[in-house]
Amino acid sequence: EALVISTAHLEGSEKHPYSGQHLSTSDIISTVEFNHTGELLATGDKGGRVVIFQREQESKNQPHRRGEYNVYSTFQSHEPEFDYLKSLEIEEKINKIRWLPQQNAAYFLLSTNDKTVKLWKVSERDKRPEGYNLKDEDGRLRDPSMITMLRVPVLRPMDLMVEATPRRVFANAHTYHINSISVNSDYETYMSADDLRINLWNFEITNQSFNIVDIKPANMEELTEVITAAEFHPHHCNTFVYSSSKGTIRLCDMRASALCDRHSKFFEEPEDPSNRSFFSEIISSISDVKFSHSGRYIMTRDYLTVKVWDLNMENRPIETYQVHDYLRSKLCSLYENDCIFDKFECVWNGSDSVIMTGSYNNFFRMFDRNTKRDVTLEASRENSKPRAILKPRKVCVGGKRRKDEISVDSLDFSKKILHTAWHPSENIIAVAATNNLYIFQDKVN
Amino acid sequence: MGEEEGLHQTQLLDTMFVRGLKRKCFDGEEDIEGTLAGFKAIPSYNLQRQSLLDMSLVKLQLCHMLVEPNLCRSVLIANTVRQIQEEMTQDGTWQMINTQSAGQTSLDRLVSTDILCRSSKEQAEGKLVPVYSTFAKDCEGTQSQDNSEIMSTVTSPQVPRNLQSNMWEMENPQENRGNFQKSLDQIFETLENKSPNTVEDLFSEVDNSYYDLDTVLTGMMSNTKMGHCDLETFPSQTSANSNSNCKSDLNELDHIVEILVES
Repeated sequence: EALVISTAHLEGSEKHPYSGQHLSTSDIISTVEFNHTGELLATGDKGGRVVIFQREQESKNQPHRRGEYNVYSTFQSHEPEFDYLKSLEIEEKINKIRWLPQQNAAYFLLSTNDKTVKLWKVSERDKRPEGYNLKDEDGRLRDPSMITMLRVPVLRPMDLMVEATPRRVFANAHTYHINSISVNSDYETYMSADDLRINLWNFEITNQSFNIVDIKPANMEELTEVITAAEFHPHHCNTFVYSSSKGTIRLCDMRASALCDRHSKFFEEPEDPSNRSFFSEIISSISDVKFSHSGRYIMTRDYLTVKVWDLNMENRPIETYQVHDYLRSKLCSLYENDCIFDKFECVWNGSDSVIMTGSYNNFFRMFDRNTKRDVTLEASRENSKPRAILKPRKVCVGGKRRKDEISVDSLDFSKKILHTAWHPSENIIAVAATNNLYIFQDKVN
Repeated sequence: MGEEEGLHQTQLLDTMFVRGLKRKCFDGEEDIEGTLAGFKAIPSYNLQRQSLLDMSLVKLQLCHMLVEPNLCRSVLIANTVRQIQEEMTQDGTWQMINTQSAGQTSLDRLVSTDILCRSSKEQAEGKLVPVYSTFAKDCEGTQSQDNSEIMSTVTSPQVPRNLQSNMWEMENPQENRGNFQKSLDQIFETLENKSPNTVEDLFSEVDNSYYDLDTVLTGMMSNTKMGHCDLETFPSQTSANSNSNCKSDLNELDHIVEILVES
């Protein structure tokens, strides 16, 4: 049943305040992802750690603590490595986390750094065996000569323990830096994409992968374009898309050939000659691509805009939303300080009616595709208190600045929101602001 | 400055970019008839564009000094450099330079420019590896085929020239060498005139002009702002242009390169 969401609710008001949570971590958060039910929220950070939050069961006794997220499990997913051949460090930073759909009591997720993908199993243990014959309760071995009778160990309850174990390590398949992983709808395979290649894996096989896209030129001097993101279609297990640094999206069908170098569809918007500058290509580079839940649309994020494309129309997007067009006149400064290379992600809400993406100054933006309304919100400690009202923010581009507005020159470009996530069915969003995680919940009754 | 006015400026500047009106102005004397704003804008556009080129080249060099270069960023910067150089070729900015540097394709000069484009680690090892081969070198460690390509680059003195022409993928391979020489020479000019001790100094010098670079290159400018883009504010670049950029004294060049790579 599709959930109709109106932006008014998300803005918060006296009648519909927000409940906000704010968690501070020691490392910069580098990825955020809800699982398929929204019960769990995983974050990965620059230190290679994964923290999983679990939503509290709603209780009638404490209605105001409606479904807060608490820490469920923390584990070290990746460690820093050293590539001796190239004398280069391999960062442990978690680039992406993707959940597998739940098939039994345990939870499974994929986490990846620049080079290695790992499959983690997260499971609960609330019983333990007691009454071993050969060792006593402390684990010390018993003297066999002292054993006079045999007993069968029994399971006794214990305090809940959540353990994470690495079940598969998919290594040594990427020469370049992995930017995306995507679980296929067949739940048997997944893909990992780096700057120049995309590989297809079977979850059970770690020593082999199929290369399905390779855009590396024979002569590296001829390299002018890289892969920036990739994703499987949510329902068709043969279809995937990948985006490029030249602002193009290619849709590929794995049934057509083993190596999907020839695309089935090619999405590109013709360039607007009036907006052309030396930075045109850089700002057209796509930093994220996401299928809608319906599978009918794809959304892309480039430096200044978010675009929605209909899979049936390749020559231009059906919708374009300006995220922070006031930066268009600042592109040279942003090139100089490297901000122009920031990779913002974008997300759909559960019903594909609202899209969200981050900006600078800890601002994030939401666009309602139906009403065409948009809102700028800020992730800050002030508005993440329990009954906070998220006030819309506005950036003033010139002329007189109103009281609550902030001028473009006052924006803090070190406070960037690159990673956000939206609960699969409810109005709950997770926003990562450097080393802070904000969770906002709509309190519509 | 209203938004409409800014937009008109954008259109004016973009029209100039497209139609190459700069060529006319660059000859100098003929354009006295032009509007004051136009006259001031066009040469400063060239200087601004040159600054952007210099900044991009420095960024490319800096990204080789990092642990592992971000390939996407490097490719985007390199594409920007190529774009600038193509435009400069089209509007004839390169012509003056090429006539002087034609024939002076000595290996020594190429060695100097290569030094700028490789990491300090490689400099220590004394390898001859042009920019993109360094991409390849940084990124490819495991495939023997690629290693043999790079090895041939290192051993053959002829190869760097060809690789440079491939790198920029332009129609005229003769021009390519000149182009690359010229832009790096201008960096050396800047260094010599301002005597920075480190690459950071170079970068910070370049810093001041970019506020204006913003406004010019992204097209939202008012007349008053263009006043700031007078030639007077770019003394070193002005003299560089008038000195015709031909560095034939290799000792000086080596000295400058030493300063540059010292950091």
